[in-house]
Amino acid sequence: MWEYTDKVQQHFLSPQNVGEVEEPSGTGDVGSLACGDALKLTLKIDANDIIVDAKFKTFGCASAIASSSVLTEMIKGMPVDEAAKITNEDIAQALGGLPKEKMHCSVMGREALEAAIADYRGLTLPKAEGEVVCECFGVTDLDVIRAIKESSLRSVEEITNFTKAGGGCGKCEDKLRAILQETVGGKMEIVIPRMVQKKMTALQKIKKIEEVLEREVRPGLRKDGGDIELVDVDGDFVTVSLRGTCKSCSKSQTTIKDYVEKKLREFVLPSLIVEENN
Amino acid sequence: MAAYPHVIYMDNNATTRVAPEVVEAMMPYLTEAYGNPSSMHTFGGLVGQALKKARCQVAALLGADEEEITFTSCGTESDSTAILSAIRTYPERRHVITTRVEHPAVKNLCENLETVTGHKYRVTKLKVDAEGMLDMDEYEAALTEDTAVVSVMWANNETGVIFPIAEMARMAKQRGILFHTDAVQAVGKIAIDLGKMDIDFLSISGHKLHAPKGVGVLYIKRGTLFVPFMAGGHQEHGRRGGTENVASIVGLGRACELAQEKMAEENSRVKKLRDRLEESLLSSIPKSMLNGHKTNRLPNTANISFEYVEGEAILLHMNQHGICASSGSACTSGSLEPSHVLRAMGVPFTAAHGSIRFSLSVYNTEEEIDMVIGSMPTIIENLRKLSPFWKG
Repeated sequence: MWEYTDKVQQHFLSPQNVGEVEEPSGTGDVGSLACGDALKLTLKIDANDIIVDAKFKTFGCASAIASSSVLTEMIKGMPVDEAAKITNEDIAQALGGLPKEKMHCSVMGREALEAAIADYRGLTLPKAEGEVVCECFGVTDLDVIRAIKESSLRSVEEITNFTKAGGGCGKCEDKLRAILQETVGGKMEIVIPRMVQKKMTALQKIKKIEEVLEREVRPGLRKDGGDIELVDVDGDFVTVSLRGTCKSCSKSQTTIKDYVEKKLREFVLPSLIVEENN
Repeated sequence: MAAYPHVIYMDNNATTRVAPEVVEAMMPYLTEAYGNPSSMHTFGGLVGQALKKARCQVAALLGADEEEITFTSCGTESDSTAILSAIRTYPERRHVITTRVEHPAVKNLCENLETVTGHKYRVTKLKVDAEGMLDMDEYEAALTEDTAVVSVMWANNETGVIFPIAEMARMAKQRGILFHTDAVQAVGKIAIDLGKMDIDFLSISGHKLHAPKGVGVLYIKRGTLFVPFMAGGHQEHGRRGGTENVASIVGLGRACELAQEKMAEENSRVKKLRDRLEESLLSSIPKSMLNGHKTNRLPNTANISFEYVEGEAILLHMNQHGICASSGSACTSGSLEPSHVLRAMGVPFTAAHGSIRFSLSVYNTEEEIDMVIGSMPTIIENLRKLSPFWKG
């Protein structure tokens, strides 16, 4: 399926420098079983800062194994400072190229080298371990908390979208809810499971939309000499017609999307799509 | 012409070899008998008769009537045709039930229904347990007055697990809900008798049955309201436009006949080969496990995970030995995620990436099983030596 170069196949079938260096000067451990890619690189560096030996262990596909193998060949005999400049492009080139979907394997090689050199120099790259919450994707509680904080997540569904946690068998949903509760406390969004949630009838939807248009949208448009009329509601599609000055304004599309649609999504249903009547 | 390598082919759930008898049946329609079956002249009429015969052969395998058989281009087309017909038949109903482990032909169609239509449709995806089995209580609770169609596969392509379609169809029928099943993997491997069942639509794919690629069947139960997917000429009694893929249809008919003849062998000799392969691999290779229910499964499929090594790497080593199979790993899926089927079963990530699917056919032999059993332990052992997670 993948078009692999001869070099990739060679390194895959007869990988070089497999194993672990005894009493390594630096170790780089990257990736995980969850990702389907992992690399452990061990280096032996002498008093002159030359990499005299390098060995690898890889869990991954042909590209991952080949990238690791060629990397160890590249750095053996190199001064550490020179090795630190190696990019993932260099690794891919040394293999005669990799399919673009496999480039991340070369990135992993570079990351392991970076980590090993950092280890050698006594610097620790910050990477705290957490406890795995989602078995399917190997997502830890720290990963979830970071995502919640960084992206202001407010529901379990959002956590799944950002971290993949809960997107497999679904068994960790309760744990995710608990973490969410702890992290954001009262600001959690109460989500009624879809099956129980009562669907708004078309009539209820239309009435609500009219209400919101009158209360939230029209005042702003009227101030500028414009107006809006509800033409039709079909499923999630809301057709409106702009009137007065709004009708001929060049910013009418912005008005529809950034103003009208935003308001309707906030006060009626988040899935509504507003379109102008042509 | 390049010579194709001789292989030990254990990837029959992906596609199958076209049976020699099928090729023979097809040849006249690729050479002298090229008439259009819809034409008035005898030259076309004879071809029309061959189509009719093929239709009867397919019907016989399914326990159906020939009028209930519509030829399509593939299983995917049959799936789309059935599901879209059902929702167009009941446009006021906006709920669809399917499972988390369907083939992309059904899965992606249902997911698009939700999003592309502006969320006019709601899709329930039934969960599976660790063995890949459905929960009948969850299914029953999901059936509502708003449900337009249920689409559940008969047998899973990755694990071979078989779903209780007869019962599920009955429950749908009781509530006046249309029932479709993607039986692409089941037909030809296990006995199917639609005359006695409440199934409204059933999909078949020719190339899983030792017929050529590019032909499929949609079974539509007599009396079912139907909205065509491919409009056009009056072919297939107006159900599916387009001049018929005559040669492949004739081939499919012959393949169905063969399948009936070989059904017993599939469930005895082939099953024994599969069992021997499975037992040997599971016992000779440590940290290996079966994915899917042990007994409620197709007779030809074995999905086995080898922990701490990755699927693509395993397949490529097997390839060196001329052994063909598939994997559920992320690297082989083209996306960055492993098989959605294994994920839905909660297969831990230590195992999902190292899963290999062996799917046999009547063409596999004892010697081939011997060779695979002989090669696999070393392949896994060598890859484990490379793995940072394998502690000797």
